[in-house]
Amino acid sequence: MKFSTLVTKSDLAAARKVEPLVMAELERHGYSEEAVFAVRLALEEALANAINHGNARDASKAVRVDYHIDPRRAVIRVSDEGPGFSRGSVPDPTAPENIEKPCGRGIMLMEAYMNEVRWNRDGNCVELIKKNE
Amino acid sequence: MESARAHLDVQHTEGVIVVSFLDRKILDELNITRIEEDLFTLVEKETSVRLVLDFANVEHLSSRALGTLISLMKRVNMKKGRLALSNIAARIFDVFRITRLDRSFDIYTTREEAIAAVTA
Repeated sequence: MKFSTLVTKSDLAAARKVEPLVMAELERHGYSEEAVFAVRLALEEALANAINHGNARDASKAVRVDYHIDPRRAVIRVSDEGPGFSRGSVPDPTAPENIEKPCGRGIMLMEAYMNEVRWNRDGNCVELIKKNE
Repeated sequence: MESARAHLDVQHTEGVIVVSFLDRKILDELNITRIEEDLFTLVEKETSVRLVLDFANVEHLSSRALGTLISLMKRVNMKKGRLALSNIAARIFDVFRITRLDRSFDIYTTREEAIAAVTA
């Protein structure tokens, strides 16, 4: 697979420049409006996590986005320079004790809208996969 | 740089504050922070606020925006006020349903139904 890459500083406005590029590729390959909505939402959450949690808003650290989109599936990897995390350590935001907490829903949304969401061993790179169904 | 333009349309009608989001996408950290400040100020001014948030224009919503809504709901509840949401598009409602926040918020199809609910 050939990936396109965008590397930006830890700034959501800068990182978000990748979104129209990804959206244009999805539309070019005939992905549905629902799929485009899903990818936009998951990518937004992944970027926010990378900047706010991974890089702890440290402007000296970078966020890297690699994406490959073909007619069959979209693969997007968002990497940060943070220490990483374990998916299992993130509490369930729908648990009664967490439902009124204002944070912790980004991962849940990514997992709901993508066909696959997985992290590298270090936990500082998330891979989002959306099939063109 | 984001300008300080308004993100909300605020109308007072029959003792109810009806807030419409002017942005199609409630995603951006800076925008959400400003929306949050404006909404919290509205609630702080009132004794038992009756508030309707109308989502007719909203096409995208991030988890950060959900967090703002939860914080707002808690403030409204602390002041023994009422909060209702209206006009949420199907795709956006799915975001509430997936996160099970459809059970936490009072959600109505139309603005009129939401206004009636908070004044009942």
